[in-house]
Amino acid sequence: MSMPFGYVSPEQLMKDKADYARRRIAQNSRSCVVLSCEAGILLVTPNSSRALRKFSELYDLIAFAAVGRYNEFETLRKAGVRYADATGFQYDRRDVTARGLADWYGQLLGSLFTDSPKPYEVEIVVAQVAKTAADDEIYRITFDGAVGDERDFVVVGGLAERVAEVIKQQYSASMSLTDAMRLAILALAGQGDGASEPLTAGQLEVALLERERTHRTFRRITGPRLEALLAAAKADGEDAASPDVAG
Amino acid sequence: MSDGTGCLRVGLHGTLPAVGTLDRKDFAVGGIEPQGRWQAAAFLAAGSSSFADFLSQAAPDLLPRARHGDGAAGVVPDVPHGTTIVTAVCDGGVVMAGDRRATAGNMIAQRHMEKVFRSDEYSCVGISGAAGVAVDMVRLFAVELEHYEKLEGRSLSLEGKANRLAGFVKANLGGAMQGLVAVPLLAGYDEETRQGRIFSFTVDGGKYEEQRFAGIGSGSLFARGALKKLYRDGMSAEDVVLVLMQALYDAADEDSATGGPDMSRRIYPVVATVTEDGYQRLADDEAGRYADAVVAERMQRPDGPAAPLRSDS
Repeated sequence: MSMPFGYVSPEQLMKDKADYARRRIAQNSRSCVVLSCEAGILLVTPNSSRALRKFSELYDLIAFAAVGRYNEFETLRKAGVRYADATGFQYDRRDVTARGLADWYGQLLGSLFTDSPKPYEVEIVVAQVAKTAADDEIYRITFDGAVGDERDFVVVGGLAERVAEVIKQQYSASMSLTDAMRLAILALAGQGDGASEPLTAGQLEVALLERERTHRTFRRITGPRLEALLAAAKADGEDAASPDVAG
Repeated sequence: MSDGTGCLRVGLHGTLPAVGTLDRKDFAVGGIEPQGRWQAAAFLAAGSSSFADFLSQAAPDLLPRARHGDGAAGVVPDVPHGTTIVTAVCDGGVVMAGDRRATAGNMIAQRHMEKVFRSDEYSCVGISGAAGVAVDMVRLFAVELEHYEKLEGRSLSLEGKANRLAGFVKANLGGAMQGLVAVPLLAGYDEETRQGRIFSFTVDGGKYEEQRFAGIGSGSLFARGALKKLYRDGMSAEDVVLVLMQALYDAADEDSATGGPDMSRRIYPVVATVTEDGYQRLADDEAGRYADAVVAERMQRPDGPAAPLRSDS
């Protein structure tokens, strides 16, 4: 059987693109932790930049988190804000949902993966805070458009599986904000990228979808508020006899 | 290059369509949008941070301005019109108040209309004129501010907000020429200078910064008269609320299109303050207390407080 010159089977093509994206994401990112706790949905990642963010507000109750190539996920973030604002403007603010956004991102990334020569090197999370932690919604969307519905927490980028393993062991849905922060730091510090240096406020990007807030719930936790939260988490961590990892 | 499957390989670029073909992809929302709208390319474009600009690309028919332009000139339907809005700078911020009446011709269309809106954390907008057009304008303006804030990670300057709103007023010029005039009044807390500021607008898109106080709408002529006599520089927010209540009472006293406090239905003016702590709308019962005080005084003296005859007395 003769094949035309330059033929590549679809399986091979997709596999190559997926391998490429997966490898680049793992190489070029550090883990983002998104976990739901009593106070809301907490987002934590090592990020020393004060301008180039990985977390962002999409809508009133919905946050965006991403790992991978900055220019690519920034394009997706802006697209998401446009989609959310356009939907909310056309209908009502209540009609913008994380599920809708996750589906839309899935279609978008799926299409980009199939149609463009180079797949997007990103993995994104869309999270929506609810009245109780049990009703929180967290979706993970991968570079090929696959949408996953996650329970309680999700870790993307870097050594995601290892980080997730640590969280899985200690996670409980009724965790306080301090406990959630302590757990996130503990899990992120054990990433194996060099020594497990305690993470300081300057090296972290932290945000929260606050359950108690009305209207726009997304808040960045920076400066003194972050210092205080880290100090509280550290005190907690010492009680739990793991002083070497809680920053 | 053989990859073991017997197939010859070429580079990834060899067999795939160019990125440009994405333009033809259509991402319908909920399956109800017709082809050609909400295209992915518009969402992914490296466009400006303006929501209105984005809509003009992705879904131009959602823009308020799309409604106007080809209607028969000179035929103005009897649509509800909003009336009087007053605002004044107070110590550390600004206060805005609006009556609750909307009129359609000589009829009262609404007794409890809201004409003062939060546009973002540090600004509010009052509207007068054709209510439908004006409410649309404010809705778009509020999304515009939030959209910029989310995309850019910072809020627009107060001056920037005023310029943007002026653009929206100008976009309605066609509607205004047909008689659907809608004019907003913007008041906000300037985070840089740490004080309240007021901007008024004209139908041609003019933007004018006002000093101390301002009013728009049919009753504003009378409200301004009251404000001139009652307003003092450096007044507290509470005092300014009272001044605005008095001014609205005087407007309602002289202008049939402006509603006074509706004591039997307990409908009172909408009052909003914008200070360092952000936008806050006075609760109805609190606004009611101010209105009750004004009405009680007017029972004794129907024309309201008397200003001193000479400035130095």
